[in-house]
Amino acid sequence: MLTNEPTTALAEPETTVSAAPAATEETAPAPNSTGATAVLNILLAEGVDTIFGYPGGAIIPIYDALYDFKEQLNHVLVRHEQGGIHAAQGYARASGRVGVVFATSGPGATNLVTGLADALIDSTPLVCITGQVFAHLLGTDAFQETDIINITTPVTKWNYQVTKAEEIPEALAKAFYIARSGRPGPVLIDITKNAQQQAFHFASYAPCTHIRSYRPVPIVRPEYLREAAALINQARRPFVLWGQGVVLGAAEREFKAFIEKSGIPAAWTILGAGALPTDHPLNVGMLGMHGNYGPNVLTNECDVLIAIGMRFDDRVTGRLDKYARQAKVIHLDIDPTEIDKNVAATVPVWGDCRETLPLLTALVEPKTHPEWHQRFRDHMAEEVAAVINDELFPTGEELTMGEVIQQLNELTQGEAIIVTDVGQHQMVACRYARFNHTRSNITSGGLGTMGFALPAAIGAKFGAPQRPVVAIIGDGGVQMTIQELGTIMQTGVDVKIIILNNRFLGMVRQWQELFHTRRYSFVDIQSPDYVTVASGYRIPGQRVEAREELQPALQKMLAHPGSFLLDIMVAKENNIFPMVPQGCSVAEIRLK
Amino acid sequence: MSQFPTIDRQEYNITAYTENQVGLLNRIAIIFSRRKINIESLNTSPSEIEGIHRFNIVITETEEVVSKLARQIEKQVEVLKVYYNTNADVIWQEMALYKVPTDVIAEKASVERLLRENGARAVVIRKDYTVFETTGHREETDNLIKVLQPYGLIEFVRSARIAIIKASDGFNHKLREFERREPSEDVSENEFLNSRDAVFTM
Repeated sequence: MLTNEPTTALAEPETTVSAAPAATEETAPAPNSTGATAVLNILLAEGVDTIFGYPGGAIIPIYDALYDFKEQLNHVLVRHEQGGIHAAQGYARASGRVGVVFATSGPGATNLVTGLADALIDSTPLVCITGQVFAHLLGTDAFQETDIINITTPVTKWNYQVTKAEEIPEALAKAFYIARSGRPGPVLIDITKNAQQQAFHFASYAPCTHIRSYRPVPIVRPEYLREAAALINQARRPFVLWGQGVVLGAAEREFKAFIEKSGIPAAWTILGAGALPTDHPLNVGMLGMHGNYGPNVLTNECDVLIAIGMRFDDRVTGRLDKYARQAKVIHLDIDPTEIDKNVAATVPVWGDCRETLPLLTALVEPKTHPEWHQRFRDHMAEEVAAVINDELFPTGEELTMGEVIQQLNELTQGEAIIVTDVGQHQMVACRYARFNHTRSNITSGGLGTMGFALPAAIGAKFGAPQRPVVAIIGDGGVQMTIQELGTIMQTGVDVKIIILNNRFLGMVRQWQELFHTRRYSFVDIQSPDYVTVASGYRIPGQRVEAREELQPALQKMLAHPGSFLLDIMVAKENNIFPMVPQGCSVAEIRLK
Repeated sequence: MSQFPTIDRQEYNITAYTENQVGLLNRIAIIFSRRKINIESLNTSPSEIEGIHRFNIVITETEEVVSKLARQIEKQVEVLKVYYNTNADVIWQEMALYKVPTDVIAEKASVERLLRENGARAVVIRKDYTVFETTGHREETDNLIKVLQPYGLIEFVRSARIAIIKASDGFNHKLREFERREPSEDVSENEFLNSRDAVFTM
């Protein structure tokens, strides 16, 4: 199933309570389901096929019911709930569907918090179902009781505690609707054990389509589209910045049509990467602290800045009071909270960009802006000479992270899903990986969660089984969720793992080198022998130390039928450039 | 950095229309505490619309911050609409209760005069103490504390602020203003409120 459209058809309810004899008219309908069984039937009705989870005391009734749903629902047993939720995020990001997580109460639930925060800031649709102690024990410090609703309130789009089985259908219907509609986000539903066990009459399931107080998609205002088009048509140096909104809105085609007609150079945030193919002539590169030179410098020279589905994160804008002051700003976003939050919009175009972009495209004049494009090419030439050549085609003895990505590009031809962790390797991968398709760059953007990549890659493979999935991880981050190698072992999922091993917590070391007089404070992290560790999980691997080993090892990894790990020793003290130092404007980006 | 003029922080009255849901108070409160902003007064009550509650929240901040807070509150699933107003835009009241020994009041005619001047009303009169109530602005309720302190004020409490907007066509006007920057057309709720314009003035 490619879409996540809910279906109203209910699967055969797995009744654990025998139907009572025909009741008289006055009495309530006989119970025909437990809360736990209802949960699973609702998941099927919502089109769920995969669950990432870990059982425990307070969620045993749901797992008991799951025993009879093995044929319909693929439950992936993870090794830690954080791994479970990151896997669900990877699944959601690769597939565009809602990721589903099961966890028990107490520590099981609190282990979800990092993933919830990550999913909220990166707008990833998730429904997390946690078990909770019996309703009569709430507030008594019962075994494995924790107030997960209040703990997760700041990191969920919505959450709700169910204490009676009758509440389950409505709560879950709202959960799926809220998670996937408007600006997507994570939802947590906490279900007390008694509600899971309780038998009730589960008549039929209706997916939620409306909530009184909730307007997920703002109404498009034609007058602003006209104002925006007028600004674009008069612009001499227009510049498009796009973010994940284009991907979340499934508006890649509409976006391409817009920039191709208007001829505007377009740069991406890391979560937007891949929405337009890397080699598209209008794709001028990456924004932000370690983005490309031209897009950063020319942000402060453009006359009209068109931001599409992006939120002006501080890693993108650098110093705000020196950010694009000369430009008129057109901001397209589905979330009104983002308009004027960081950068004041001259013209706000709120709405789903899949709806607004075609309207805007119809109003803009066809242009090519050849001189303006030349500026980007000139800056790129400068960056190639100063940074990129040395990174991708180094002449020194040590391997660089960039040449690993470059070699990988040669072999995958941009067809792979690249899942990255957080740090130097992430910036290198995002800068240099080639993407032919949307939903190909899966990374922890807003929260910067080390440990994200390994479980997210597992989830991505379940979400897009037909595509090769390559996880690129640093030697720091991989040790944060390395236990998920056990999930790979048990499920047999095919994930290629590349550890870019510089024997340092490289990004922090880079800052310490540049801004803290090389005081390398606790960044010299040691690693186990990853190939040996992997072999303990029955995952073959290879260590790469020399340039001549690199290409054959990558070929071997990609050709291997199943997961494979490469531990690649790269230069210890390479820095990521260009760089916009903290507190500097984007125009002050440094090439070295 | 923004289109807002730089002005001093001042008191703002934030009015949020919400569904009645357990946990929503916390969801709203953390939007303030996240930015380390102190809520000076918070009141929840039903509104004139069935099933819709209203929060009256008072904070001291700049308009730029208040407008962002208002949007972040409105972004919450169970919040319909959020408005913010300066004190000049609203009619507001706070209620206070004062517990004073009855014998002092009975003995001293001056106390009775002071209570009268401050618009206080006796709520309960017992042999040992009397409870007075005043309703008004902060200065007025504060003033009576000072007045009663010398006469053995036993206990004082003040309620949260409740506020209603002054402009009689305020709601429509405000809505248009919001539509300039805010996206939703507020389909059903606004029609309902508009039809009750005479009663509901915000």
